[in-house]
Amino acid sequence: MKIAVCVKQVPEGNSRIDPETKRLDRSGEGALNAFDANAVEEALRLKDATGEGEVVLVSMGPPKAQDALRKALAMGADRAVLVTDEAAAGSDLVATSYTLAKALEREGADVILFGQQAGDSDGAVLWAAVADRLRLPVVSQAAEITQADGKLTVKRQTEFGYDVIEAPLPAVVAVSDAINEPRYPSLKGIMGAKSKAQATLSLSDLGVEGDRAGEQGSRTEVYGLNDPPARSESKKIEDNGNAAQAILDFLAEKRLV
Amino acid sequence: MSTLVFLEHHGHELLKGSLGVLSKAAAFADADVAGVVIGSKVRALADQAGKFGAPKLYVADDARLEAPLPQPRVDVLAQLVRDKGIDTVLFGNSVLAADVAAGLAARLDAGLNWDLADLVQQDGKLVGKRPALQDSVYVDVGWKSEPRIALFRSGSFDPVAAGGSAQVEDVAVALEDFSTSARMVDQAHEESEGPSIEDAPVIVAGGRGLGGPENFTLVEELAKALGGAVGATRAVVDAGWYPYSTQVGQTGKTVSPKLYIACGISGAIQHKVGMQSSGVIVAINKDTNAPIFEFSDLGVVGDVHEVVPRLTELVRARKAS
Repeated sequence: MKIAVCVKQVPEGNSRIDPETKRLDRSGEGALNAFDANAVEEALRLKDATGEGEVVLVSMGPPKAQDALRKALAMGADRAVLVTDEAAAGSDLVATSYTLAKALEREGADVILFGQQAGDSDGAVLWAAVADRLRLPVVSQAAEITQADGKLTVKRQTEFGYDVIEAPLPAVVAVSDAINEPRYPSLKGIMGAKSKAQATLSLSDLGVEGDRAGEQGSRTEVYGLNDPPARSESKKIEDNGNAAQAILDFLAEKRLV
Repeated sequence: MSTLVFLEHHGHELLKGSLGVLSKAAAFADADVAGVVIGSKVRALADQAGKFGAPKLYVADDARLEAPLPQPRVDVLAQLVRDKGIDTVLFGNSVLAADVAAGLAARLDAGLNWDLADLVQQDGKLVGKRPALQDSVYVDVGWKSEPRIALFRSGSFDPVAAGGSAQVEDVAVALEDFSTSARMVDQAHEESEGPSIEDAPVIVAGGRGLGGPENFTLVEELAKALGGAVGATRAVVDAGWYPYSTQVGQTGKTVSPKLYIACGISGAIQHKVGMQSSGVIVAINKDTNAPIFEFSDLGVVGDVHEVVPRLTELVRARKAS
């Protein structure tokens, strides 16, 4: 079974938005999006369960995203493909899903996995857009995946409880971070990752026209940055037996009881 | 502005998040608003839709739409947007709505702005307000073309029951093969009393500081007294003290109730992101250095086992009087 895992490099530590470009500042150190580690882990488990196959990482980002990909390779993924192109910078959902779908088409994987969100943009939507472009079934918030007889059975967590959904392969699945505990790369894994294939592709390699990528291919835009609405001043009290009454008075004053 | 609001339902009710978005859309000056309900045997929801601000309701009623799966809904919406010349499609966030909105964006090559806390008209343009970087900055976002798609953070708008009735128009349902290839085989719903955390005006949440799962009754009692829902931190959900569906801070579970009471919660970053846009935050924690106090309106340094039950009694007494 061939499994593609879509992963993303996110800025390490505290992020900032560049006031000039109004884009996320990606100049500092990068890390593997933490939620993507759950998807990599699940891919490795699915591969182990079938006893054969390949786990390939597919990513879009700047050239240094290779470092983040190497971390996922050290976990046990077999190889990585990075779509990197100046012209892809600033891509929104429409543009990103278009390019990513082109890269995934080339791989022809049986299962395409995503992590539950991007730690930088808080985006939790990409898989559904990619699945629509690939015309494949999609299930998100997967808490459990099993595969048999050419189909996946996915337990999905929603606001109302659990759903069990069956999807024929190939299928796109976004995993919740409750699905597993990602393994730490072993020393052997880290050493081995250095010799694993890490391909780079440009937009023209994928046949992505210039007006489908980057800001040109995007349908959303950023106008400006503002301070968040101010919170009222914070009060802190010690409980000396009257705290419950103090809370009640506070709630009454705010007309919340 | 020809606006379509995706009205999600569960059981025989439209979700409060959807209704809030509908009321918001109906309040725009040049509003030409319609709602859309997609499901099986859903025509009866028209009364509710009309009451909360939809003069028109499109209904896609088909047995194949019964399961709450996103892709058939994308098919219906894409058709509707094209046929009716709709320029703006609005969604209240949920697991289902996010997948529908993103699928629709790809299908129509339409811009999607997500996690919006508000939508305003500025200089003739629609501008979305999107909290980013742990809500430390609000980004003004917009759309370069139509249709525009927006996905709002839970609890951003209150539903306003203005009265009125919706004129119902049935829409034809034509589904793509790939959209119907995933199939619901089982649904196990956790039937809980009271509102869900997305819908509740008040959330009382518990963390590790409660000491054990049995002490969640303290939180439940207070929530009940306040007419609110119970929330939980990731740590206690991971520990199996409370169900995952109550976790604040997972994907899409950014809650914005009017009142959030944090009991024995330290305020880890993931939790903070999930609840800091709440109207008023009250925190009770015995650790005076707990980070939660940095973003609480009222912080109480004290023992949750004492303060919470006493507060429950006081709230009950006040309501009874």
